[in-house]
Amino acid sequence: MFKNLMSWIEYRLPFMDKMNLHVMQYPAPKNFNFWYFFGSLAMLVLVNQIVTGIWLTMNYEPSAEGAFASVEYIMRDVEYGWLLRYMHSTGASAFFVVVYLHMLRGMMYGSYQKPRELLWIFGMLIFLVLMAEAFMGYLLPWGQMSFWGAQVIIGIFGTIPFIGEDLTLWIRGDYVISGATLNRFFALHVIALPLVLVILVFLHIMALHEVGSNNPDGIDIKKDNDGSVEQTEADKKFTFHQYFTRGGKKVIVDAIPFHPYYTVKDLVGVAGFLLIFAWVIFFLPEGGGYFLEPPNFEPANPLKTPAHIAPVWYFTPFYAILRAIPHPFMGAVAMFAAIVALALLPWLDRGRVRSVRYRSGLHKINLINFCVSFVALGVLGVLPAVGIYTLLAQIFSFTYFAFFVLLFFYSKNEKTKPLPVRVT
Amino acid sequence: MSNAPVDHGRRRFLTIATSVVGGVGAVGVAVPFIASWNPSERAKQAGAAVTADISKLEPGQLIRVEWRGKPVWIVKRTSQTLEQLALTEENLRDPGSDVAQQPVYAQNRHRSIKPDIFVAVGICTHLGCSPTYLPNDFSEQVEGIISGFFCPCHGSKFDMAGRVFQGVPAPTNLVVPPHMFIDDNTIVIGEDEGAV
Repeated sequence: MFKNLMSWIEYRLPFMDKMNLHVMQYPAPKNFNFWYFFGSLAMLVLVNQIVTGIWLTMNYEPSAEGAFASVEYIMRDVEYGWLLRYMHSTGASAFFVVVYLHMLRGMMYGSYQKPRELLWIFGMLIFLVLMAEAFMGYLLPWGQMSFWGAQVIIGIFGTIPFIGEDLTLWIRGDYVISGATLNRFFALHVIALPLVLVILVFLHIMALHEVGSNNPDGIDIKKDNDGSVEQTEADKKFTFHQYFTRGGKKVIVDAIPFHPYYTVKDLVGVAGFLLIFAWVIFFLPEGGGYFLEPPNFEPANPLKTPAHIAPVWYFTPFYAILRAIPHPFMGAVAMFAAIVALALLPWLDRGRVRSVRYRSGLHKINLINFCVSFVALGVLGVLPAVGIYTLLAQIFSFTYFAFFVLLFFYSKNEKTKPLPVRVT
Repeated sequence: MSNAPVDHGRRRFLTIATSVVGGVGAVGVAVPFIASWNPSERAKQAGAAVTADISKLEPGQLIRVEWRGKPVWIVKRTSQTLEQLALTEENLRDPGSDVAQQPVYAQNRHRSIKPDIFVAVGICTHLGCSPTYLPNDFSEQVEGIISGFFCPCHGSKFDMAGRVFQGVPAPTNLVVPPHMFIDDNTIVIGEDEGAV
């Protein structure tokens, strides 16, 4: 009876076949390490944001008059409102933590290289939409930092020659940031951008499964079936979906099915992550003033600028680049270029060896240079732009961009180590 | 169903014509969605001119009025302040107010209609923070100058005519809004009856 029902459905919608293709019979390299936790964790945080977000909208009031008070109402009067809000606000920061680590993994193991360029582009689009989503979400509590942070970010659009003034007026829907701005940001934050995010995540995973997962060795696990590579006994133990062998043209080695092997492994990651996540929610929900900034506990006041405006920590590396350039429009261009440069990595890196394990010492140093520059810019973006800090921000902006320029030149004829045939 | 040969020219024409008409329709549909983001009639109403009474303004005092949600400063400058405007002009980015940040009737050294009454939008031209008025302590920022404006966000400095100093992030002088005097004690901000 049940079996008949299942095959009746399967004939009309091949659900089990797709589950096999993407989960139970998806060949994942067997050497995934610590760095491979963050993709699934990002999905977990996305679910957390959507669910807690839906619950927050049940009591939040998107208006300039009521927003601040309704957030306080959620915090004080709604049962477990404080928890839902802290899960959401901490989730925003956690999202960027896991996404930044996920991106670093891609950079270390060359996961953006051919044939995963489109996969990387989808990832960068997710990152962009995520930044827009976080920015708009931060306006909603209608605190001082919400207001003045938005003022600064929308001001960036105002630096565009000729159209800047009109563009900012159009974005705000008023001569200043007002209830009109708040309401449209609310609509975009709760409906438009989450929809786009979910679609992009779907495309990201479809693109991943089409070209297959990279691994810490950066070598292919789908070999040409021409007898040059023999499957070991271990390889023969598993059945993978026939789609991946391309009708016998490919032979899969050193792979394990995503389920149960990596679902179980990711569960360990989830447990570890939730341990830290819950600790922050319960003991450090304001993140020491970095997740929720102190001025945001004061209602927005257009006539009073806080003494020091700093964006939330996850924007600070780019914000530091913006401030390092003395010319406002060129600063905005540089900030945008810092993101575009990342998106162009598949073409800026002309090397053929993916993993940092087999690349030159120069590349290793350059990658460290990138990480140091990024973190240093992040720290400088929180600090006021005075004296030595401005100079340091300029230096680290330079080394940030130098990473890409250097990579473009040395990667063409880089001295790399020989690649193994099988994953190690 | 006829078996007439495919007329490729006609098919191409129909494809292009359909695409063009559909494209025009799509643009037409996009108009209300984009235009609805413009300021509403209510927002435009709220952006109308405001009147301020300056009869009680003391020399050196700054009052703020709200116009279009922005702080507009009205300062009564002392004669000493006015004299100091000439002192640091070589350190200013735009001492002659060549960039159109003010109506033409305010394009002078004191950037105002009456020399002592200075009207400006109190928003830093860098990224929109509101600078702090330092009536007595500005010499910490610029030596020898008693009063001025200092932006706490990114350290921009302006003199008492809202003119920006060199070497700070703000690119231009503070904006002087359109304004006019109805009588000696009443000033209207946001309207100048077409005076240029």
